[in-house]
Amino acid sequence: MTAIAARARHELIGLLGVVERNWYLVKRYAMWELAFFVWTIANTLSIVFISKAAGLPPAQEERLTTVLLIGAVIWAYLGIIFEILTETVAWERWEGTIEYTFMAPLSRPVHLIGMGLFAIAYGLVRATLIFAVVAAMFGLHMPDANFATALILLGIASISFIGIGMMTAVLPLISPEKGTQLGFMAQGIMLVVSGVYYPVSVLPQWMQWISTISPATYALRGIRAAILEGATPADVWGDIWPLILIGVVAIPLGLWVFRRGEQYAKRHGKLKRSG
Amino acid sequence: MNAVEVHNLRKEFVRKDGRKRTRVAALRGITFEMARGECIAILGQNGSGKSTLVRLLSTLLLPDGGTARIFGHDIGETRAVRTMVNRVSVEASFFKKMSATENLAYAARFYGLTPRETRERIPVILDRVGFPVSRRTHAMENLSRGTQQKVALARALLTSPVLLLLDEPTTGLDPRSKLEVQDFIREVRAVHDTTILLCTHDLAEAEILAERIGILDDGQLLCLESADEIKERYGVETLEEAFFAAAGRTFEDEREEEEEEVTA
Repeated sequence: MTAIAARARHELIGLLGVVERNWYLVKRYAMWELAFFVWTIANTLSIVFISKAAGLPPAQEERLTTVLLIGAVIWAYLGIIFEILTETVAWERWEGTIEYTFMAPLSRPVHLIGMGLFAIAYGLVRATLIFAVVAAMFGLHMPDANFATALILLGIASISFIGIGMMTAVLPLISPEKGTQLGFMAQGIMLVVSGVYYPVSVLPQWMQWISTISPATYALRGIRAAILEGATPADVWGDIWPLILIGVVAIPLGLWVFRRGEQYAKRHGKLKRSG
Repeated sequence: MNAVEVHNLRKEFVRKDGRKRTRVAALRGITFEMARGECIAILGQNGSGKSTLVRLLSTLLLPDGGTARIFGHDIGETRAVRTMVNRVSVEASFFKKMSATENLAYAARFYGLTPRETRERIPVILDRVGFPVSRRTHAMENLSRGTQQKVALARALLTSPVLLLLDEPTTGLDPRSKLEVQDFIREVRAVHDTTILLCTHDLAEAEILAERIGILDDGQLLCLESADEIKERYGVETLEEAFFAAAGRTFEDEREEEEEEVTA
């Protein structure tokens, strides 16, 4: 086996190790997972019921319900990705395992991408369940829905979400408590500007400018077009290419930011157990 | 080739005191070498720089000056160094809800061990450290500290390190667990030809496990010789007296500022 092949094999095994670790954590905290799932369902319902209060004709009410549901589900998915990336780092600092992870011969991109892949898989399962449960409760039909296009958009958007998640994951590396809160702040800004529950057009102009660099803006617009109007990938190309562009920038940028944070932590002795 | 070559290694941390920031030296230019298969013990009180030395050699800290090479590789060559080194620290540090087997399995994967290799090795290594078979699937939080420390040793040895860094591995253990861990360290040396750097403030442990003993005080390595040579150098009967002669105070006198506070 050549040195490159051996290295690739080692990294692949390490990547699976990261996924395996996060799976063990989910399994061991199964009751927490159940509690979070119930909370997310309740949260989604509290948003989707707004459509019932709007006093619209049935067809428009169903459309608004679906629009809000898509917003709530994509938001939950984005939250899961950010939380897994950011909170796993915070968790590792609390438990003291971060030093053992960082002294292992595993490249940082593989380590972070491993967490990202687990987050995508886990987020997809959770988001699908939330969508199915709430759609069934409201009796939504979605006869024109093109779920394949929606999944493609979500997959492409996930690249950007992971890149941004890597940037927020560096915060608990430097300070577990404050860092996690700062991660929520970044998430909150995206919630405001990305048109999760209302069109971006209602925002002040300066917020609309910010919305153009948020991948969630394009993901939400494209997924809504796919589910409500049956848009194909070609129809939503105008949302796909910005997502690809943001993804191409976000991953290297996320890795660079994390690397810088790691260097800072190593220079100042910040990797020690905290908590 | 030496297993470890450390030359004029320096590390400082910034200590915050309100708005004031001061630089505090944790290691003040230490130099030493270790031969392959050797076991040396570094004796020092809390805050003397022992853990800083271990973290620098583990690639978890960046030095402010000097060099450290492990089997010819500078510690800046992180990947090469990390494949050779593992560490056991005073805190076992595991995901506490996960079992010993789960904690070991994912950690082994980071070192390139396949699931099949891991499945074969974990029971063997846990058995060797005297970990009870019936508790392999129990959450770590339900195990005693001594048992957790055995799992920490197993985690380090699972990856077959050629350099093992032990940072107070027996601190806080009951006498029986302490003896078991010490026996295991001896076995590792005998069977695997592993080079061991043991940082401790247990004078007896240093004397029975190591060929050479270094006294680290306030970031300075005052000597690194066999126990007999140290006693002879200072004209004393015990290591404790030697420490007093070298550092100018008794070994029990803890420094006011521990490393935890310095690096926070």
